[in-house]
Amino acid sequence: MQRDAQPQQTTIPFWRDERALKVLGQIIFVIIVLIIGALIFHNMRVGLAKQGITLSYSFFKNVSGFDIAETAFPYDRNSTYWQAFLIGLVNTVTVGSVGIVFSTILGVILGVARLSTNFIINRLAAFYLELIRNLSLLVFLIFWYLGVFLKLPRVQNAVIWPGDIILTNRGVGIPWGIPTASFPTFRLILLFGLILALIVFFALRAYSQRTGRAPLTLLWSILTLIVVGALGWLLLPEKPLIFDLPFVKGLNLSGGKILTPEFMALTSGLVLYTAAFIGEVVRAGIQSVSKGQSEAARALGLNGFQTLRLIVFPQALRVIIPPLTSQYLNLVKNSSLAIAVGYPDVFYVSNTIQNQTGRAVEMISLVMLTYLSISLLTSVLMNWYNQRIKLVER
Amino acid sequence: MANLDTMMPPVTERSNILRWARKNLFGSWTDSLLTVVGALIAYWAMRGFLNWALNVAEWEVISANMRLLMIGQYPIEHAGRLWLWLGFLVFLAGNSIGIWARGSRYAFLLLLAPAALALAPFGSEPKRWLVALTLTGLVGWGLGRGKPEVLKRSVIAGWVVSLPIIVILTHGLSSSETGFMPVVRTTLWGGLLLTFLLTVVGILFSFPMGVALALGRRSELSVIRWFSVGYIELVRGVPLITILFMAQLMLPLFLPDGWTLDRVLRAMVGITLFSAAYLAENVRGGLQAIPKGQYEAAEALGLNGVQTMIFIILPQALRLIIPILVGQFIGVFKDTSLVAIVGLLDLLGIGKTVLAQPQFLGLQREVYAFISLIFWVLSYGMSYLSQQLEVRLGVGKR
Repeated sequence: MQRDAQPQQTTIPFWRDERALKVLGQIIFVIIVLIIGALIFHNMRVGLAKQGITLSYSFFKNVSGFDIAETAFPYDRNSTYWQAFLIGLVNTVTVGSVGIVFSTILGVILGVARLSTNFIINRLAAFYLELIRNLSLLVFLIFWYLGVFLKLPRVQNAVIWPGDIILTNRGVGIPWGIPTASFPTFRLILLFGLILALIVFFALRAYSQRTGRAPLTLLWSILTLIVVGALGWLLLPEKPLIFDLPFVKGLNLSGGKILTPEFMALTSGLVLYTAAFIGEVVRAGIQSVSKGQSEAARALGLNGFQTLRLIVFPQALRVIIPPLTSQYLNLVKNSSLAIAVGYPDVFYVSNTIQNQTGRAVEMISLVMLTYLSISLLTSVLMNWYNQRIKLVER
Repeated sequence: MANLDTMMPPVTERSNILRWARKNLFGSWTDSLLTVVGALIAYWAMRGFLNWALNVAEWEVISANMRLLMIGQYPIEHAGRLWLWLGFLVFLAGNSIGIWARGSRYAFLLLLAPAALALAPFGSEPKRWLVALTLTGLVGWGLGRGKPEVLKRSVIAGWVVSLPIIVILTHGLSSSETGFMPVVRTTLWGGLLLTFLLTVVGILFSFPMGVALALGRRSELSVIRWFSVGYIELVRGVPLITILFMAQLMLPLFLPDGWTLDRVLRAMVGITLFSAAYLAENVRGGLQAIPKGQYEAAEALGLNGVQTMIFIILPQALRLIIPILVGQFIGVFKDTSLVAIVGLLDLLGIGKTVLAQPQFLGLQREVYAFISLIFWVLSYGMSYLSQQLEVRLGVGKR
């Protein structure tokens, strides 16, 4: 109505033009951010100059001078800070991947158990989920480390579980394979088996898409790999791996693979904790598939297993994948709590480096960047998978 | 048509214990096997735990150090100030229950919790305070029930000013030792007190920041949108512990010369910055659930953008995500224990101090089990209350 009263006015002043205001607002915002950023940077420069530090990563080439308990590749106190950092990174990735695999398995079991019609199984799973989900992870990890793994019996009175697993307060010994001279050949055979399995996988998928039948694609591919591996194992003149059992030797464990209490406490603690959250994700995913779907599948004549594999599972997966991704990310990020149990992951090692050199700014930014990259990589992978399985809507 | 829920099942399907057991425990042979294995696991775990808790564990370490675990090294002569604000909170809670939970017959039982706690191994003075707290709560409840309309506004005002009151009473006013309410330095704050303060401050300050970031992420202004996205994704991509270390080590460098922040305040800044990013994502979820028609209707009524947000969109969006927000607040509460790694003496950090006493060496299980119990009871209590509240208010079901 205002406009009707003065129709001759075609331009409005810029302070009332919404488009101009938007641009202006953004410019002001950028200027404020830049000023704050510059102030922070300036303060930091002045503060660091007082301590005689200029920002640079050149100290990474210096000799570290500290030992690390668990090293994936040769490292000693004469190695450089850069190598120490890499050791930490490898350890983080180890804990992360072992943790993801085992927490997925345990989580799926818990989620399915939570939906079981069996009263006792159902209640047990519910109790576990409620118990774990309301605990603080850090308190849990510290309890797990100080109260369980360090309270295991001494080496002299070691507890031996079936399967030659030795539990002591110095660590847990498990059987481990030692490669022999024929191991490289065996690795080649395994590689060949993997390629063959992939061929089987894609061939079966093409067959399934052409005919509309649903062969057990994954099962057949894995079987192929196993058969090739077993054939190689049997046909090679020398066994590629010798099984080495752990045993007690004096005051220490020897043989097999010795997992330190720190590694065990961190990994098993993370697995037990994350599995509870994954269990909830799986339960919600399965429940999200309406009952009519499985009833319809039954009406079409599919049996229980087929219903689960072809109808319920693929639909549940769509709901499960996004929250599962964030649980995986949480697990990797939570592995930084290794510092509380003394496991040398990337954060713990970086903290040691920072304590030694006083390079707080460099080390904290580097660690943040590292975790950010791991997080981004994981979510890119999972998003790619999610894109592939998500519902194609018309 | 007859209501299916109220119809009696046929005689053959009416439950009795044997039939129930056959259906739920021994349906098939695999089912029976699972039942037996499950029962064995439950029995074994239960027996082991009870044996430890009743026969093996030495709980004196907890009762002897109760004050340390609750308030750290906070001077005992000023502890009355803490009881004062606790009493204020309990009074407000009693009022609120009296006013808003009129429908529930059992809600007031919550106010008996302090009296129940008095049965725990506290000294005689805390016990008297706990009984006084219960009475305060019950008086508040009675007043709230009696005069709900009169008290409504004052109760809301009370909750709003409760944080400043808590902080002022805990911190103190006069800097001289003999003055009125002498200052207690934050280095002396500890135990559950510190955990509580970190949580409350973290939640309250991250809330406006999170809402602002969520709005920024949905803004049409691309600079602001990208800034918000960058902040949220950066913070969500790194572990909390790195942010806490940044707050401890780098924040002092960022400030101009002469400005200092004490360690507790730095931890609060770290928790707030971290929590805000997660809150922003939750709020964004709520904002996305509001249909476009709401914006259009608000515009049709002549509201401008800011008014639309404040009066129409945000109230609905926040109401939708109350359960998620409660979940996140529980997360903040659990995450505050990470400050123990940067050397603060919160509930977890003080545990180390307790265990360093020579007469209590080697009692890690008892101390950390007790700390876990506190975290568990409070987290579970919060989530249980919020579930009850959801059911009662029909949150998310409108």
